[in-house]
Amino acid sequence: MPSDLPIPKPKLKLAIYWGAACGGCCVSVLDTHEKLLDIVAAADLVFWPIAMDIKYKDVEAFPDKSIDVTLFNGAVRNSENKRMAQVLRSKSKILVAYGACAYMGGIPGLANFHNRDEIFKRVYDETESTVNPEKIRPQTEYTVKEGKLDIPEMFNDVYTLNQVVEVDYFIPGCPPQSERLLEVFTAIATGAQLPPKGSVVGANEKTNCDECKRKKTDNKVIKKFYRPWEIQDDKETCFLEQGVICMGPATRGGCGVRCVTGNSPCRGCYGPPAAASDPGAKMMSAIGTMIDADSPEEIDKIIGTIVDPAGLFYRFSLPSSILGRKIIL
Amino acid sequence: MNFRPTIVAFLCNWCAYTGADLAGTSRMRYAPNIRIIRVMCSGRIDPTFILTAFQQGADGVLICGCHPGDCHYQTGNYKCLRRFKLISKYIAQMGIEPERLKLEWISASEGKQFAELVNEMTKAILNVGPSKIKSTLEVKHLKS
Ligand code: SF4
Ligand code: SF4
Ligand code: SF4
Ligand code: FES
Repeated sequence: MPSDLPIPKPKLKLAIYWGAACGGCCVSVLDTHEKLLDIVAAADLVFWPIAMDIKYKDVEAFPDKSIDVTLFNGAVRNSENKRMAQVLRSKSKILVAYGACAYMGGIPGLANFHNRDEIFKRVYDETESTVNPEKIRPQTEYTVKEGKLDIPEMFNDVYTLNQVVEVDYFIPGCPPQSERLLEVFTAIATGAQLPPKGSVVGANEKTNCDECKRKKTDNKVIKKFYRPWEIQDDKETCFLEQGVICMGPATRGGCGVRCVTGNSPCRGCYGPPAAASDPGAKMMSAIGTMIDADSPEEIDKIIGTIVDPAGLFYRFSLPSSILGRKIIL
Repeated sequence: MNFRPTIVAFLCNWCAYTGADLAGTSRMRYAPNIRIIRVMCSGRIDPTFILTAFQQGADGVLICGCHPGDCHYQTGNYKCLRRFKLISKYIAQMGIEPERLKLEWISASEGKQFAELVNEMTKAILNVGPSKIKSTLEVKHLKS
């Protein structure tokens, strides 16, 4: 099959790495299907742990700025993630925060509702399947007869990539839509004029609501919120107008409103639109306008039906939000 | 301990700010801990303002608007009330004490009530102590 992508000479050097990630972002690269062949025709993959066996010391031996583009997915959660973020920053001309975890903290970022001590206590003492009478905790070094082993240290907080090293571009999504990745990759491979450093690429400026095909009115009024399983979705009216919280108004378009098209409310994985910095603040502002009550008691009752605002509004973005984490003393 | 709380106060132009102004022109004495930001209407107070105030180290945030029914723009204060309730629920989840965020209605003639409100809130915050938000977030900086 002829390649759609012009082959730059010399070929681009591409790296893909995962920090605190689920693997889905790496799979989204494979989800480009036969276009993956175009990518490897235009670029040499020099480092990609999910697919190739290359050691960290080999990457450390690369000359500085010798990788053209690194797609870094996953959040920064431990000292290994941090070290590789620093190494890849210095080895790469363009460092891309790829996916919701690298961009905003993502699902691993929900750990910022707790701290390391709480998490260790739960995992190493309390879970139903734990037997740990000596209260053993993870150590950062361990001596075996062959010598001393260094083991990564888990941090108290989860960080976005941008909170650890400078990032050139952000591609949102959990995971990003493979079509968007191809567009961005094509732009880089063809030497097209790239947007200013620090831009969100592979997504739109405006919100999902802007593109959504569901029937909506400008003045939404809500008497009660429902969790998705508490209500029969009519499959055509805006979720919010049915009382189901949909993050559409606080979420950047770019995915094709996938979830809503599949009859599920948007959960906000593309992050806030260009005009808003904090998705929860945007959502609280929007919902404040929609709640159909003026008396404090009635408002309390309606808000009572929003069970977990923090978890719902910041599902993918807690570390990058204004408050960043729960305060635990 | 020599703790002097900083309270950021968002006051609507038409009632609350005028009320605060009256407290001033009437030379009422009240706690010097508030930093007033005038907005046209309490309905203009975006949740971002409140969260940013906390992030920047405010020990408390006070919101004042016109009494229900009196908003210069009809319904701004109702929107404000709903947002306030939702943000209160959110910040409680984030470990911020409820005393740190307060909403009260102050009319243009309620200078005395405003002075008392500031005194009360300052006292309440002296009791809960300095905000831990800024120090918690400072730990977050990993970029070296
Ligand atoms: S952004 Fe989503 S798909 Fe990508 S690593 Fe994070 S959790 Fe997985
Ligand atoms: S809130 Fe959700 S369902 Fe409603 S228009 Fe926006 S994206 Fe569509
Ligand atoms: S609809 Fe929302 S949650 Fe679903 S993929 Fe798009 S941005 Fe993500
Ligand atoms: S003008 Fe005072 S609350 Fe709207």
